[in-house]
Amino acid sequence: MKISIQKDEGLIEYETTLEDATLLEVLSDIKHNSDNSLCFSSGCRSSVCGSCSMRVNEVEVLACAYKVQDGDKIEPLKNVEVIRDLVVDMDKAYSFNIKAKAWLSQISSGISLDGEDSKTNEVQSDCILCGSCYSACPVYAVNEEFIGPFSLTRIWKYVSDKREDNEEQKLTDVQTNGIWDCTLCGNCTVVCPQNISSKADIEMLRMKSAQYGLMDPSFGSFDGGFGFDGSPSF
Amino acid sequence: MNKKCDVLIIGAGGAGLTAALNAKQSGANVIVLTKEYPTRSQTCMAQGGINAALGNAGEDSVEDHIANTLKSAHGQADEEAIKFMCESAPKAIEWLDSIGVCFSRTEQATIAQRALGGASAPRACYAQDYTGLKILHTIYDRCLEADIEIQNEKYLLEILKDEKDTVCGAKILDIRSGEVEIYEANAVILASGGYSRIYDKNSTNSSASTGDGIATALRAGAELIDMEFVQFHPTGLKNSSILISESARGEGGYIINSKGERFTKELAPRDVLSRAIDAEIKRGESVFLDIRHLGEKLISEGLPQERKLAKLYENVDPVHELMPIRPVAHYTMGGIKVNRQSKTSLKGLFACGECANHRVHGANRLGGNSLLEIVVFGKEAGLNAALYAKENVRETAINADTSSVVDEIKEYENVLDFYAKREHLGDLFYKNVGIVRTKEELKEALDEVLAIKANISKLGVSDTSKKYNTNLVEFIEFKNSLDVCEAVVESAIKREVSCGAHYIAE
Repeated sequence: MKISIQKDEGLIEYETTLEDATLLEVLSDIKHNSDNSLCFSSGCRSSVCGSCSMRVNEVEVLACAYKVQDGDKIEPLKNVEVIRDLVVDMDKAYSFNIKAKAWLSQISSGISLDGEDSKTNEVQSDCILCGSCYSACPVYAVNEEFIGPFSLTRIWKYVSDKREDNEEQKLTDVQTNGIWDCTLCGNCTVVCPQNISSKADIEMLRMKSAQYGLMDPSFGSFDGGFGFDGSPSF
Repeated sequence: MNKKCDVLIIGAGGAGLTAALNAKQSGANVIVLTKEYPTRSQTCMAQGGINAALGNAGEDSVEDHIANTLKSAHGQADEEAIKFMCESAPKAIEWLDSIGVCFSRTEQATIAQRALGGASAPRACYAQDYTGLKILHTIYDRCLEADIEIQNEKYLLEILKDEKDTVCGAKILDIRSGEVEIYEANAVILASGGYSRIYDKNSTNSSASTGDGIATALRAGAELIDMEFVQFHPTGLKNSSILISESARGEGGYIINSKGERFTKELAPRDVLSRAIDAEIKRGESVFLDIRHLGEKLISEGLPQERKLAKLYENVDPVHELMPIRPVAHYTMGGIKVNRQSKTSLKGLFACGECANHRVHGANRLGGNSLLEIVVFGKEAGLNAALYAKENVRETAINADTSSVVDEIKEYENVLDFYAKREHLGDLFYKNVGIVRTKEELKEALDEVLAIKANISKLGVSDTSKKYNTNLVEFIEFKNSLDVCEAVVESAIKREVSCGAHYIAE
């Protein structure tokens, strides 16, 4: 079986004899036995640390959860700087959690949640910060400062949590370069290894924002804004 | 230009980040370094739960929590430390709840709890089987809120000491640039994780659990304690060593052999169960974890990771099929000797988390006590290091050069493949320094470690890149593992009588 890997020096083809193996097993085998210089990140190999996200045939996967097929083309994540081969610098991507203030506004006390409450953001709190959604997001092509899918999911996780007592502030913090910049294309949802839909979370944030009178700044204004179809609205 | 701070923390898992939060709240200027990123730390892999005698799912008491922990420790624990940990547990859970950890809940609007091995009551608070993940990510979010400086992909090379033998900083490899950097600090906290990966692929752990902090502390002169106590988790998947959480048994799973016979008590402490399974395997049997009778609903809701991993790595769906298992290295009780204030034997050096040995697990850790330990003693380490840093402000800059093991390794011949050596040593340790040990086998393992160390310059790296050289970092990790291996096997040889996870065959 042959696969090709995007290294710094170009697209390199490797042969593997491993069968029914995960991509991470194949990458490790290549590194140990044929190319010590191949660089990739990995950790838990059980899909929970988020280290080994990369793209196979242009789709984001966790290498530890993907079974290799003949002819696969392996590349690093997009929208992030490549450090070497398949290793990318996640610092900027993760910094959007800070910009978005992805935490509980203040430490809460004495709020009890029942079984039902715990289901509200159970899926959102499954996020492993692998960055697959970030890589698949088309918005970065036009706005490098977009707060992005995983950070917005984190915001919805906190906003939807009963322990958060300042919903409005949390929503206000993600109005600019945030929820309204998303195109709702759904790429993030398709690639998420944890079955999280950032798109759906962003829609929830929009609805919640509307309840507080926070609207999409790009339309609805009376002084030369644009309407739904992009035409000037007067 | 050296980087300076009051408290330097090496490691950004649950222990390191909790220490950072508490040190910062005490007014210390903190820098946290991690060789990965915080959320990739070993803590994210903890599944089963975190113990606290809340009594939400059945009668329980702090006294029982203490008694169960003490019993499992086989006389090798510090009773006062256990008492402190168990008494602090309800407050620790309260704090985690207050910062937004998404625990599973009961109908009565309390935190759900389940039974894990060796516990007299359902005591483990959990978040499905993502307990460690959700705790780690929430503490990380809190660190961002507290504006704690976290630097990623920085690898510990050396702990620095001044002329008075006081720890004053660390020598660090910036993995990305390949540059060696000096960090100066009034206090250093090691929170760098355990050493289960000395067993290489025979471990549930992340490939990063190579005992770097322990090896580095040892070289700096710190005392280690009880290094021979390594916990083997009874239910690793047979081929991949992927962990199937104890919660699978807590929920009612069976351990059976190929005849379908249950041959042991499923909720016995991990050391006892691992030996029972090991004996069965040595008799030529295959051993399986059977959760089919729990039903699809419970498996999908309570054990979603387990189902996914069994399908991926063993091609079995536990709803309908048996999961082949064997015991594999999971947690290392031994580590850097610390006192109740998390102080090591070196002035200015603190330690917490799996790299430290607060003597709360003794010879065998109970499920649900490791997440508890990192939160309780992470806090202590942070508070005490901040206090120490305030009282021991360093006036003079340290004068350390940036020469390091990296320069040394460049001269190595690299005629032997270290990856093959690493695998060989891991397999040898699994066999000889594993679940059941004999004096002869321990001696054989020690000889092998010493032989590899004596010929270390025959190994080496082939990648000469300065930038992001994982070949080099993995080799330094292997070198650290060798120091840890030596400490483990020497310690094991000294303890001639079986005790907990250290079992000498008659």
